[in-house]
Order: sequence, then structure tokens, then C-alpha cells
Amino acid sequence: MIRSLPNSRAYSWSFNLFIICYFIFLFAPLLVTCVLAFNDSNFPSLPWNGFSLDWFISPGPERLGIFHDDQNLRSIWTSFQTAFWVAIMSTVVGTCSDFLFEQEAFPFKNWLYFLMLAPLVIPGVILGISLLLAANSAGTYFEANFGIDVGLFRPSFWLVVLGQFSFITTFVTLVVSARLKKFDTSLEEAAMILGATRIEAVWHITLRYLRPAVIGAAAVAFLMSFENFNTTLFLVGSEPTLPINLYLQVRDGSTPVINSISLLLIAGTSCLALVNLYFSKKEED
Amino acid sequence: MKSGFRLSFWLFLAPVLLWLFLLIVLPHIDLLLLSFRGENDMGDLVWTIDNYKNFFIEPIYWYTFVRTALYAIVTTLCTFVLALPVSFYIVKLARPRTRGFLTVLLLLPFWVSELVRVYGWMILLRESGVLNYFLLKTGLVQQPVEMLYNDVTMIMGLVYTSMLFMVVPLISAMESLDDSLIEAASDLEASRFTILRTIIIPHCKPGITSGAIVVFMLALGNYLTPNLMGGKNSLWFTEQIYNQFIASFNWNQGAAFGFLLLVLSSCIIWVGLKLSRHRLGEVAA
Amino acid sequence: MANDLSVGNLIRSFGDFTAVDNVSFDVPQGSFFSILGPSGCGKTTLLRMIAGFDEPSSGTITIRDQDMRGVPPNKRPVNLVFQHLALFPMMNVADNIAFGLKRRGMKSTEIVRRIEAILERVDLPGYGKKQIRQLSGGQKQRVAIARCLVMEPSVLLLDEPLGALDLKLREQMKVELKKLQAKVGTTFIYITHDQSEALVMSDHIAVMNEGRFEQVGSPRELYSEPQTPFVARFVGDNNVWSGEVVESGERLTVRTGEELLFTTRSHKSYAKGSRVDLFLRPEALRIEPTDTNDLNTFEVDVKTILFDGANSRLLTVMPGGHELLVSLPQNRQFDHIRPGDRILLGWHPDAGLCFKV
Repeated sequence: MIRSLPNSRAYSWSFNLFIICYFIFLFAPLLVTCVLAFNDSNFPSLPWNGFSLDWFISPGPERLGIFHDDQNLRSIWTSFQTAFWVAIMSTVVGTCSDFLFEQEAFPFKNWLYFLMLAPLVIPGVILGISLLLAANSAGTYFEANFGIDVGLFRPSFWLVVLGQFSFITTFVTLVVSARLKKFDTSLEEAAMILGATRIEAVWHITLRYLRPAVIGAAAVAFLMSFENFNTTLFLVGSEPTLPINLYLQVRDGSTPVINSISLLLIAGTSCLALVNLYFSKKEED
Repeated sequence: MKSGFRLSFWLFLAPVLLWLFLLIVLPHIDLLLLSFRGENDMGDLVWTIDNYKNFFIEPIYWYTFVRTALYAIVTTLCTFVLALPVSFYIVKLARPRTRGFLTVLLLLPFWVSELVRVYGWMILLRESGVLNYFLLKTGLVQQPVEMLYNDVTMIMGLVYTSMLFMVVPLISAMESLDDSLIEAASDLEASRFTILRTIIIPHCKPGITSGAIVVFMLALGNYLTPNLMGGKNSLWFTEQIYNQFIASFNWNQGAAFGFLLLVLSSCIIWVGLKLSRHRLGEVAA
Repeated sequence: MANDLSVGNLIRSFGDFTAVDNVSFDVPQGSFFSILGPSGCGKTTLLRMIAGFDEPSSGTITIRDQDMRGVPPNKRPVNLVFQHLALFPMMNVADNIAFGLKRRGMKSTEIVRRIEAILERVDLPGYGKKQIRQLSGGQKQRVAIARCLVMEPSVLLLDEPLGALDLKLREQMKVELKKLQAKVGTTFIYITHDQSEALVMSDHIAVMNEGRFEQVGSPRELYSEPQTPFVARFVGDNNVWSGEVVESGERLTVRTGEELLFTTRSHKSYAKGSRVDLFLRPEALRIEPTDTNDLNTFEVDVKTILFDGANSRLLTVMPGGHELLVSLPQNRQFDHIRPGDRILLGWHPDAGLCFKV
């Protein structure tokens, strides 16, 4: 059954076989995508026509490699900017919310905590449309009453940032609170006895203790934002993020340039994931 | 001293309140309000329940709705059945040294954008895809088979996409299961199946609940996977919402659909929590 | 009397490391047998092999004349009380106890009857409906034992089950466990690193060190006739001098580092000039003996008084700096002793023990 109990050979082997199959299931689509990025073909399919870097570096016009594909490059850059702002904002607000829920006592705390968890169980699509509707309502209201046209209230870059921020902050809160729960509050009290104000104590003692978790949470926020599709779909304006842009291309027929973008994405996110893993390992030590 | 405490309290509270009320509460109230608005015969906006009436009158709408809910439940079950042996293997059977490696390997694909993963399955499974290429080569089939755009593939895609959110809570639940409980059960003459039924699953119940809720929610609100892998026949409810918003530009109807989906997901999650006697806060942690 | 368990030439190695090294012993039916050793001595590995969770590299394990080779743990007539008890937290007391009986497919009326009977036996009548977390440490202990006893095993294995309890409860449980074993008559094999647990409860004790059995015997034998220096040091407290044999014979004369000459018995004869360690129990040292005939006597300074009720001692120091523990009987006779006093100590040659270094 488990390591310490004697297991029959058939049991061990069938279990091993199952796990191998599972990992094949897990990696087959990614592997195929990566391999076909190097196929010397106009379609992302077999047969294998030989190795080629065309879909990375060819300047076009017949084959447009990713490094010359302005539209896709622009969407990558947009995604980067979005993810950057989402990571910053959600980390700051998420950490605030951790301190609020872990260390403060106030009326309706449970109620507010429940509200904080709500984005976990609201489907992303609904979050997207309700924000779209609310922004639109607000835009109409401002235009009717004050005669000003606020760009933020139309589908745009900043609306996407807000939309992603609204649920990613919950994840940041949960990641950081796991570490804050282990924090010994007497350290903060000790700092205050030594003359620090509460805010100084938080800044010098608690935040320093939380640093690995905060960095990890920021990385998670960055990745979640970078690949978010459901919420973004409804809020996106004239600057599509990478997942939206890729979706439009996949839906309307694809070229292997998508494979090359995917390969870069896989490589990039794996690196970030490993860095994040490294930090969370360090946190455990 | 006291004033210092209050200042920090407001400093933590203000951003959290702004976030939750402006980006979560207000938009959803707006969603509810707008779902009861509609144009009358004169073309004026009035309060109405037509949007909800349409849903019940038009069979395709509620058929899609029920279908989506059932398939999301099926997806959740499949994910659980697949994730249980995998997490058991990693925690209790794999050698300690390979265990960390396997865990990282298990998580890596999920850091990559959902779009990339779905795209990978598409180039694997479609008529001109990699799998068909090999099937034709080996002579197993004479004509290429279209493996995309059917319900089974769509559910497989959904299972693949949300696997992580079942495996991770199950792994952490199993890690807290003391090996000696399994040994004790075995010592008391229990078979493998009995140990699974009476020891392992009851112990992992909190993990199963939180995993099931997240997987269900993600499947229900998914747009990409049904859209790209289920094709035109996927009949997923999020697509109806998308169509109302983007294609028909009937936002009020879309709002009503969105609200119905929100009610559905909240209800099923509530039932799930009641059945397993957990609270949302525990599940999130 | 028949043996419930026989272990012959048992070896278990992990790579280069030999955890259990050629161990053989027999446990007579109905006895309380302890395996005592420091942590890492291989006692848990030995226990797990008897329970069937681990396979020996070589050697035999026989339970009631049946060879256990290849028999999985759930088919062996032994049950194990785990170190942390491993009570199933998702079930109540009755379900925990019923667990094994249900696996045997017993009728539910019979199961209920047996649960009541066994709860009665461990002095927890009516506790069936309680949840595990509602029990105290000692009650959990008894439920864990009841869960195994209800299976009517030939041998009950206990893996340091008292380790997690606090001191007071541990003292109490020692007595209870001993009484329980006498009442049910099942053979108990008890693993511990706590010599007092082993001494109080056992009929026989095996002292284990670095994978081997140093000595097997009754508690009294181990205490008064240790066969190896390890047993002399590990079981009970001992004062130790290192010295040189100056006169050999029926009794040895040993010159210690402080140039004192002591006469002592020896269970082996040692050649003149060989280096030996001389062991002496704290209670063998008499304070201010009135009759010094036949006694080894010498003077020490009292450093501190270690007051511990009936177990009080003096920490004394010899002129050369060597420290000695001396039992301080609480019969008021020695109430006048203060730190800094110089006192005379004496001991009878029969109380000492020598081992070659």
C-alpha cells in the first residue's frame, strides 16, 4: 500500500505504469507544441520536414518569425505591462489585507473576510462582465452629470489591470497569510517596547519576515495576470494582451508562429516558476 | 500609542475596502440591476423580467445551462478520480528523493498559459494532427479521424486544465496523513480498498472539498477550452454570455445570464460545503 | 512453558549499515518482554520486522511455531500499538476498536459485545461513543491497546507508547500497563529507551546496543549483575573509576587514578596490570559508616545536595576532582550534612564490578 508495507510486484508495477502514462498525458501537448515550432513547414503539423528556425527569425513576408511579428510582440509587451502593474498593486493591497485580517479586530470582520474570499468562487467571466457593466455605467454617469469622458471606464489597458487585480489580490492574500500566520507577534511587540511605532515595527520586523512570501506572491500574481484569459476577454480594448491575441489567431487558423510563441512562454514561465519554487523552499528553511 | 494603532488600522483597511467595494460589490450589484433592465416596444429602457423569461422560454438557453452544470460536475468527478492515485503515489509511494522532483514536474505545465495547453491538444488531436499522423503511418486507421470537437475531448480538456487545483490540495492533505494510521489499519487486517475508503478518503476530505470547489468553479466558468476543443457544438454557457455581449450586443440579456451562472455556481458550492460540513474560510486555507 | 515468539540469528542491513545484527531470543508465553536501548540502537527496526512492516535480510521469526517469512502484517497473529498510537481521528472509540473485527467479517452484534467487554477490561466502560479528541492521553493509550487486544493477538507489540505522555501520567501508566498485562495474560513485547519503564514493567528485558543484544535477563539481574560495561552504564546510575589491577585473585585490588586502593569482586579474572573500569552504584556508598571492617573507605567533599525526595543524592568530589553520586537516605540521619562538609564514605567489595577496558 505504502512504502513501509510490503507490496506485491503487480501492484507496484501497475502503479508505476499509471504514473508514467499520467506524465505522458501531462506533457504530450506541451512537447508537441515545442517540437513543431522547429518544423520546416507552413503548418503546425507533421510530417517532419527538417529543422528550421524560420518561425523565430524569418523576417517575412511568406514566413513571419516571432521576432519580426510586430503584432504579437506588441501583445507580449502589453501583457508584460499589465502583469507588472497587477503584480505591484495586488501585492500591496493583498499584504494590507493580510495585516487587516490577521492582526486587527473590528466589527464585521468575518463578513469582510468572506467578501475577500468571494473572488475565489466567482467565475472569471462573470467578474469580467460585471466590471464591464459597472465601468460602462460609471462612464455614462460621469458623462451625463459632469460632461467628462473618463477613459478608464471604457475597455482599455487600465480596465484590464483593474479586472485582473480584483481577483488576483485574493490569491496574494492567501499566499502571504500562510506565512503571516506563523509569525510570532511578540517580535512586533518587542520592537514597540524598544520605541518603534506600530508602523515602524511592521516595516522593519514583520515585512522583513514576510519578504520571501511577498516575493513569491508577486511572482504568482505576475504569472496569473500574464496568462489570464476569462476576465480579460471582456475588458480588453484596442491593445490585446498575449492570450487574447493568441486566441484570436488560434480560432481563425494558426501558423507555427504560435508554436514558437508557446515555446518562449513555456520557457519563460518555467523559469519564473522555478525561481518562485526556489524562494518558497528558502522560506521553509 | 492608541492613535498609532488606529492609524495603522485605517491604513490597512482603506485599500481593502476600496478594492472589495469598488471592484467586487458594486459591479455585481450593477450586474443584478442591469439584468432587470430592458427596452420596451418604444425602445425606452424600463424595469423588466423579460431577460429571465427569455431564459426559461428559449429551450436552448436552459438546455445549455443544465448541460454546462452537469458537465462541470462530471469534470470534477473525473479530476478527482485521476488526481487521487497521482497524489497518493507522490506522497506515499514515490521515493523521498524523486518526490520533490515529481511534484515540480507535476506543477510545471500549469504555470503555462491555458491557451498554450489547449493549443497543444488541438495540434495533437485534430484531423491533420500529430496523433492522426502516427495512426495513419502505423496503419491503425485508413482515414484520418477528427478527435477534436466532441464532448469527450472537451471534458478531457477541462480535466487537463483544472487538474492542478485538485492535485495540490490532495497532496497537502495526504502529507498530513500519518503513515502509522495506514500501517495500523493494515495491522488490523484491512485490505487496500478498505484503507482507501475508511482512512485515506475521510482524512483527505477537506482537501477533496476545496479541490472540488475550485475545479468545479473553473470548469463552469471556462470559456477557452469548450470554445476551442468543443467547437461549435460545445454549447457552454459562458459562450452564450459572450455571444450576448460581443455578438448580439444585448448587455442586459448577458447580465441576466451572468447572474444566473453566478447563482448556479454559488448554489452548488454552498451545497458542496454543507455536504462536507466545511466553511469557505477553512477550504481557502 | 511454550514460547510465543522465537527470533533466530536475525540480521537487517541497509547498505553498509547493519541496524539489527545477529539477534536471537525467545519470549515465553504470557510474559512481559522489553527491549531497552538508546535511540538508533535498532530496536524499532527489530519491532517492525516482527510486525511484518520490514523484511529481515536473514534469520527467522517464529510466532507460535509458525514461520513468519513472507507473511504480510495483516496476516500475522501480532498487533502493534504505535508510538503515536495511530488512533483513527475520523472514527469514534467504538469504531476504532471495531475496525479490525469488521475486517474479519464478524457479526455486528458480536462486535458490539466484544467492544463492551474490552472497554470494560481497560477500565473505559461506556466510552464507545466518544470521539478520539475528547480523550485524555492515558485514555487514548488504553483505547489503542484495546483496539489491538480485541483482535486476540498471540503477541502484542508496543512501540514506546508512553513517550508522548507527561511525566506524572507516565508513572501512572507504567503501573496500569503492568496490571493490564497481568490481567489479560497476552504476551507483550515492549520497546523503550526509558530504563525505568522497562525495569518497572517487565518480566524480562533485553538491552540492545548498536544492533546487538548486550544482555537478556530479569530486571534484577540487569541491575545487580550487568554483563557488559554498556549495561552497567545504561541501566541505573553508576559511578565509574578507571584503574589498574594490582592484585588478582578471588577478589581484585584496583588502584584508581587518585592512588586509592579498592578491593572488589569480579566475575572474571584479570591479569595483574590490566586496565579496568570499576563501577559502583550510588546506593552502595555508605555515608559515615560506623563499622568500617571489610569496607573500602575514603574521604570526599560534599559539593551540592540533589534533593529529590526518596531519590535524593549527594554530589561529592574526591580530592583529585573526580565526582561521585552518593545516595542520601531520607531517614533524617544525615540532615546535618551541608555543602562543603568533608565526609567519610565506605563500600563493601561485593558491591563493585570490574570490566576490562
